[in-house]
Amino acid sequence: MRAFATAVYLFLYAPIALVVLFSFNSGRSASEFVGFSTQWYGRALSNTFLMEALQTSLIVAFVSATLAAVFGTMAAIGLERVGGRTRAVFDGLFAAAIVVPGVVIGISTLVALVQVFSVLNPALAALWPGQAPPQLGLGYGSIIAAHGMFTMSLVAMIVKARIASLGRDIVEASNDLYATPLTTFRRIVLPQIRPSILAGFLLAFTFSFDDFIIAFFVAGSNNTLPMYIFASIRRGVTPEINAVATMVLAASIVMIVIARFLMRDKKTAD
Amino acid sequence: MELTPKAKKTMVTAALIGPAAIWLFVFMVLPFFAILVFSVGERAPAGGYQPAFTFDQFANLGARAAAFVNTLTLAPIGAIACLLIAYPLAYYLAVKVDPRRRLLLVSLVVVPFWTSMLVRTYSWMYLLGARGIPHVLELIGIENVRLINTPGAVLLGIVYGYLPLMILPIFVSLEKLDRRLLEASADLGAKPISTFFNITLPLSLPGVMTGVALVTILLLGEYLIPQLLGGGKVFFIGNALVDLFLQSRNWPLGSAIAVTLVIVVVAVLLISMRIAWRFAGTRQIDLV
Repeated sequence: MRAFATAVYLFLYAPIALVVLFSFNSGRSASEFVGFSTQWYGRALSNTFLMEALQTSLIVAFVSATLAAVFGTMAAIGLERVGGRTRAVFDGLFAAAIVVPGVVIGISTLVALVQVFSVLNPALAALWPGQAPPQLGLGYGSIIAAHGMFTMSLVAMIVKARIASLGRDIVEASNDLYATPLTTFRRIVLPQIRPSILAGFLLAFTFSFDDFIIAFFVAGSNNTLPMYIFASIRRGVTPEINAVATMVLAASIVMIVIARFLMRDKKTAD
Repeated sequence: MELTPKAKKTMVTAALIGPAAIWLFVFMVLPFFAILVFSVGERAPAGGYQPAFTFDQFANLGARAAAFVNTLTLAPIGAIACLLIAYPLAYYLAVKVDPRRRLLLVSLVVVPFWTSMLVRTYSWMYLLGARGIPHVLELIGIENVRLINTPGAVLLGIVYGYLPLMILPIFVSLEKLDRRLLEASADLGAKPISTFFNITLPLSLPGVMTGVALVTILLLGEYLIPQLLGGGKVFFIGNALVDLFLQSRNWPLGSAIAVTLVIVVVAVLLISMRIAWRFAGTRQIDLV
């Protein structure tokens, strides 16, 4: 049994470990380790296309995760104040956002936006007072919208689960002691749901940062980091990709470990 | 005009839910409606879409039959393969392992799931590619082994990618198992093996169902694994969709396939929920 478990962990981690190991290879080979070198990291970090893609990914992930955390939390709180039927509709929508395959989210967002732009852009051109009317197009905004749609649902589900486990008595006590609803929220509710909001934000960030398929459809002429990695993989496997992959892995592992730590906190509090 | 407290409360609620509602409507409901409309349209001569009302696209789904066949066979096979590895490990983690080490070992299962699927799939592309395992085999005299771009490679990638997602729900259902039942069974003279088949296994079925349903549903929309490890030879519905939208620019047929994919996903979800309700008390699972 123990041997089996060891084998499964080896299976889970050995391929990743090899990618990391060969990112430090001074040669170009994937099977012979010639010597230790960090040259591929240097090359990766001085590659302007790669750095642009990284910047796009960071901006998109940060903005979409922030919006997702704010609106998702607001929805989770608001849904506490409505009837069962409204809540069921939203539960269904959140679940749908999470279950619908990414490839379908990407396609349908692309199709809808292209239609909307084909109506809005001529209208904008007609109404614009100046010489060069702004052209709406795919870009940061569309990736953020599509990622945020999904991750906001994720945050709403996480925060809702946390609110459902909160004790009502302490909120009632606060109200009885003449605290305004806002004070009760700030002093009683928020501190208790804060870890789950933060965990939701980190998961949303990680999702957006790692997503390939949705961005592939709606990024327009922009490249996100996974899109860049995907394109370079198709050109051939090189240690430079290993170096980028290692940095991406390190970043998401840090994120998930923090998120898990925060969620753990919640569980011991229950 | 002074607002009544009730009207004020309604307004606050609307302000709280409004942004999420608008976002979901504009970027999920509306887009889905758009592909629904496109799916009954026609392909414009130069590619793209032209309005029509016809079910030709749905009648023409057979043109991409191979993608459907691959997806609908490899997704369940992949889920079962994950289950066969995941169950013993989940059992080990929930029942056998020292509780002090449990948290660490479970975390080690969760972490890969949240790291880049692209990078993890790349690691196998790297290993199975000509300069990876086949090259090492050549050094010891076994030549001309081709691993990448085969159904086996795709299946391996699937198991690697989705194993954590299968382990977690099964682990949760096994961890919640009342140990007194196992003791009672042993006290009544049952052999460990019959305790397992009569008590442990039936009580962990909700976790097994959740895991199989989750993995199958996610696999139905998979793109990266068949793309990178199947090399265009083993392709899924997701790969057909990318081709139809970005290369052959047949948006109506692509939309019809996307709508069909959503219907299949919803059907799998409803069937598995139906089965899960049969078992007493479904359990919530934590993905983090």
